[in-house]
Amino acid sequence: MLVCRHTTFRGETTTIVCPASQISTNKNMAALVKHSRSLSGFQARPACLKLLRAALPRYYSALPPAAHERIGDKRRAALTGGGQRRIDAQHGKGKLTARERVDLLLDPGTFVEYDMFVEDRRAEFGSEREAVPGAGVITGRGHIHGRPVFLFSQDFTVVGGTLSNAHATKICKIMDQAMLTGVPVVGLNDSGGARIEQGVDSMSGYGDIFQRNVEASGVVPQISLIMGPCAGGAAYSPALSDFTFMVKDTSYLFVTGPDVVKSVTGEDVSCEELGGAQIHTALSGVAHRAFENDIDALLRLREFYNFLPLSYKDPAPIRTGEDPADRICPVLDHLVPLDPEKPFNMHDIIRSVIDEEDFFEIMPDFAGNILVGFARMDGRTVGIVANQPTKLGGSLDINASVKGARFVRFCDAFNIPLLTFVDVPGFLPGTAQEHSGIIRHGAKLLFAACEATVPKITVITRKAYGGAYGVMASKHMKADMNYAWPTAEVAVMGAKAAVSVLFRGDQDKARREAEYAETFANPLPAASRGFVDDILEPRMTRRRICRDLHLLSTKQESRPDKRHANIPL
Amino acid sequence: MASYRFNLVKRVPQFSSSLYRIARRCCSIYTTPVDTNEPTFDKILIANRGEIACRVMQTCKRMGIKTVAIFSEADRHALHAQMADEAMYVGPAPSNQSYLVMDRIMDIIRKTGAQAVHPGYGFLSENKEFAKKLADEGVAFIGPPSGAIQAMGDKIESKLLAKDAKVNVIPGFDGVVKDADEAVQIANDIGYPVMIKASAGGGGKGMRIAWNDQEARDGFRLSSQEAASSFGDDRLLIEKFIDNPRHIEMQVLADSHGNALYLNERECSIQRRNQKVVEEAPSIFLDPDTRRAMGEQAVALARAVDYTSAGTVEFLVDSQKNFYFLEMNTRLQVEHPITECITGVDIVQQMIRVAKGHELTIKQSDIPIRGWAVECRVYAEDPYKSFGLPSIGWLSRYQEPTHLPKVRCDSGIQEGSEISMYYDPMISKLVTYGDNREEALQNMCRALDNYVIRGVTHNIPLLQEIIAHPRFVSGDINTKFLYEEYPDGFQGRQLSDAEQKEVAAMAACIYLRDQVRAGAFKNENRMPLQPVNPAAWDITAIVQGQEMPATVTENKDNFTVTIDGQTLTVNKDWSIAAAVLDATINGQQNTFQCISRKGDEIKLQYKGTVFKVEVLPKKATDYSHLMPEKPKVEASGEVRSPMAGSLVSISVQPGQDVAIGQEVCVIEAMKMQNSLTADRSGKVKAVHFETGTNVSEDDLILELE
Repeated sequence: MLVCRHTTFRGETTTIVCPASQISTNKNMAALVKHSRSLSGFQARPACLKLLRAALPRYYSALPPAAHERIGDKRRAALTGGGQRRIDAQHGKGKLTARERVDLLLDPGTFVEYDMFVEDRRAEFGSEREAVPGAGVITGRGHIHGRPVFLFSQDFTVVGGTLSNAHATKICKIMDQAMLTGVPVVGLNDSGGARIEQGVDSMSGYGDIFQRNVEASGVVPQISLIMGPCAGGAAYSPALSDFTFMVKDTSYLFVTGPDVVKSVTGEDVSCEELGGAQIHTALSGVAHRAFENDIDALLRLREFYNFLPLSYKDPAPIRTGEDPADRICPVLDHLVPLDPEKPFNMHDIIRSVIDEEDFFEIMPDFAGNILVGFARMDGRTVGIVANQPTKLGGSLDINASVKGARFVRFCDAFNIPLLTFVDVPGFLPGTAQEHSGIIRHGAKLLFAACEATVPKITVITRKAYGGAYGVMASKHMKADMNYAWPTAEVAVMGAKAAVSVLFRGDQDKARREAEYAETFANPLPAASRGFVDDILEPRMTRRRICRDLHLLSTKQESRPDKRHANIPL
Repeated sequence: MASYRFNLVKRVPQFSSSLYRIARRCCSIYTTPVDTNEPTFDKILIANRGEIACRVMQTCKRMGIKTVAIFSEADRHALHAQMADEAMYVGPAPSNQSYLVMDRIMDIIRKTGAQAVHPGYGFLSENKEFAKKLADEGVAFIGPPSGAIQAMGDKIESKLLAKDAKVNVIPGFDGVVKDADEAVQIANDIGYPVMIKASAGGGGKGMRIAWNDQEARDGFRLSSQEAASSFGDDRLLIEKFIDNPRHIEMQVLADSHGNALYLNERECSIQRRNQKVVEEAPSIFLDPDTRRAMGEQAVALARAVDYTSAGTVEFLVDSQKNFYFLEMNTRLQVEHPITECITGVDIVQQMIRVAKGHELTIKQSDIPIRGWAVECRVYAEDPYKSFGLPSIGWLSRYQEPTHLPKVRCDSGIQEGSEISMYYDPMISKLVTYGDNREEALQNMCRALDNYVIRGVTHNIPLLQEIIAHPRFVSGDINTKFLYEEYPDGFQGRQLSDAEQKEVAAMAACIYLRDQVRAGAFKNENRMPLQPVNPAAWDITAIVQGQEMPATVTENKDNFTVTIDGQTLTVNKDWSIAAAVLDATINGQQNTFQCISRKGDEIKLQYKGTVFKVEVLPKKATDYSHLMPEKPKVEASGEVRSPMAGSLVSISVQPGQDVAIGQEVCVIEAMKMQNSLTADRSGKVKAVHFETGTNVSEDDLILELE
């Protein structure tokens, strides 16, 4: 990037235009001016003098003027992308340009662009179109809140951001370097799809990206932000990444677009109905969250990035916290209603326990019976998994199991401690669930929870019934600390259900239920067997967890040697 | 063994800290000591809930009396039930199945052996039948004798009794008036201004005010025509018209030995829908002579009905300081704490002593007016809807400002309590006092600023606004104050330009702190951090829809915020995690509350009202101007419940056409009915609830096509 700086050297004010990297301080600048004088006999003149050539080292300034112009032209072309008309059209759709997005996402002045001069090499089928600046994608690296990130931003103003071979190669290059250095990759997707004219070359590009997505999986976090169309094969790269976010009303994800759908199945469907943010965040579960507009999405992505470690080699980040670690939360004493039929909002518990009520929820609109997301405890990132009694009574169904499992695996891959809040009456019964394979899908959550070796802390707030108790990071899956609140009941099932099985035909059901509740509807049976480590006054929960996390930060655990486990997909 | 026994000592209750706080917090204001040698009850049952039950228990504890609380299903975890020595379940949540069921309460009295009952206010406090039942069982009722309750409970009888006791009553005439001359004669006898209306017309309907003979003639003509045509009843009511009426009441205290005295007045003119909102003692309006005259009449009335215990005689006072008897409340009033603050008398203690048959130890001459006290009734209600529609919810965060000097807060709730739809939505009575009115009001302002209430909508915006209103501060108030000052309803504090900048500056500083902290990682060891915090941050703060570009700089000791060429210096000694932020802006003390931070949006409570401020980097707002605004969603055609309550009626059916503004259903909450209307015309698509069901706030009740 070129910058313009005013400097005073030997009493004269001079304007210097040169690459930013060369003039980080005034001292450097003075040296530079001095250096250039000695080289080219340059005379500093008062303000507003273009000194580009003069201020740079000799070998650069010695190039013939034509080469400079060509470099400058190419650079300008890359910077303007598809031209003002297309930029205006992009803005008119409520979207920012690829460069504006990069500018908003990164810390000011940190963007280092790669491959600005890459163009598609071959003459294209049937196209007499001009050269494609930057191959329709901007790639590079920069910083978010002082930490590095690799990113690509597809430029819809350049041939619709379609993916050519060169386009894909640029993306692969930064992904490779991200893996080598252990730095996450963020993709800002806004592409019309494959560059049809390129045929198989374009297709190979997708394949190369997919391969890298998979190789990078578990090495560095990969985040996709869909900011425009993302169709066909392109849709699979976000699907392979760790998190897929969308922008409401302006982004679409689908494998086949409305036209093809119409011709094949006869369904008349709009882009929004087929694969808009609403569909993917609430119905399909393809996307993890949607944001209001480009600006909101990019600023929230900056917040989100802060929760993540850079790679699997890094610990969960710890940030300076202002919320006291030993804060007592009296409100927690009142949250769980005594009536087991009465739901409570698990969000209230999470908000109260974590730092500054700052919960970055993942998939808030999908499978609401389980809550997952990131938060901090005393500044340290934790992943939260919690049953939500207000939805389906907090029971686990297929969607909830898959949602929970994927989140747990992400946390485990990147050293993020898991905090589990339990109020689960069991797996959701019914033919719909059984026939759709709740066993197969429920096993994913079970598998993920057992497999995780990061610090695991579990708090049973109320119900922990049956098989679902086991799944929710119980002691039996090597959870590190298991707590029960005084309202906890760890049992095979609730009093009513148990009595109807055990005392079939018994007239005095109410008495039997009371007996059962007396025996099982409290945390003592579990505590007396050591299945919970302590019965905790709810108000002390935050304090205790903060201390535990501090201790568990040194936890080392390994599992038997193997190629890889075989999670029931 | 000794140490073993030590372990058996009763477990310290979980809520001990809040209980001690409550027990401690208001003892200091009382100057009436407890005589431990004086016989008293062993055990008192408090037939009430909430703050007043807690209030009564404090005095009981002070006097060494055991307490019995009763609680309904909804109050199982309520503070009053925890505070009592014994707590007994009285019935399901609705009060007519619990706190109002005399037989159950009598059972509990028998079971627990309580010797006396304090009824608090409301519920059974003015129920003569209850007083009688207690008397039959030989249980003392801590209140007046049932004869007095009965006498004062009837509006007409109480006026006649008052008249006999030489208490000023509103002069008037009710009957057939022959002609205009007679009307003028009557009006002159009463004294102008007078109010003339048809006797049969209810309320203020057809009311005419006459300030002179001519207007009296006109009033007679119009009202008698109306009386004849509309009601077929010739009778007219001509009554003294009270202009700018103030509501001022006298606290009286009497024993069964013939002693009666008054504890001076309380002014309760700030009202909405005839419910008091802000009260103060003494009244800024009364001079010593009027006070004495009023007090003596109040005492005379109390004597006339053989009153014992504490009671309140309410008066209307006109602009000429003429006062007229309104009614007598034969119970402990809600607003009694302000009287306690200025007199030092623990009224509950005196009530208990009197009920035990003791003589009052204080004399009229002992009763001082020490400084000034103000009380705000803090309600869980939305002040933007007709000065307060009940809201319910759950106190996710709650801190009373009792750490401040000269603040008393009477409440029956704590963090985590639920404000349910079954009872009065009062959160607390916040009382502040001082050497004079100005100091008391300043303390109130500070207390309201520091009062942390999260999870329910509350009326602190309105209270803060009243306390700071120039007309209130000057003392120029009457019972119509709110309706005169806010004819279009309360809209929240209107910020001046300077205040708007302060809010923007504070939000900008919070934003900056958050941003700097966002890059402050403590364990990035593998790859050193490269934070590049600019020297000055260019941001845009959007306050109430207005974009304010600003530059924020973090200095060693403070922040400087430049908005619109003006520089504001903000101190740094506050935490972004705290609920209350004590900020100093340009040397000026300001208290903010950070209600929430979510994304770009920071909600700040400032001078009572919550303002939403969006803070964005400047380049984000620059970019946003490049793009068209997203279209706003138009009139939804949805009817959502504005609060939790039960659906009393639904007046439309699916398929029916409704017009804009047409009533579609009625919701009842906290004994109030609210009519909901359609926000546009259209055909009803679906009704999602049935009559009689309960709805929560924001539930979708009905949709239009």
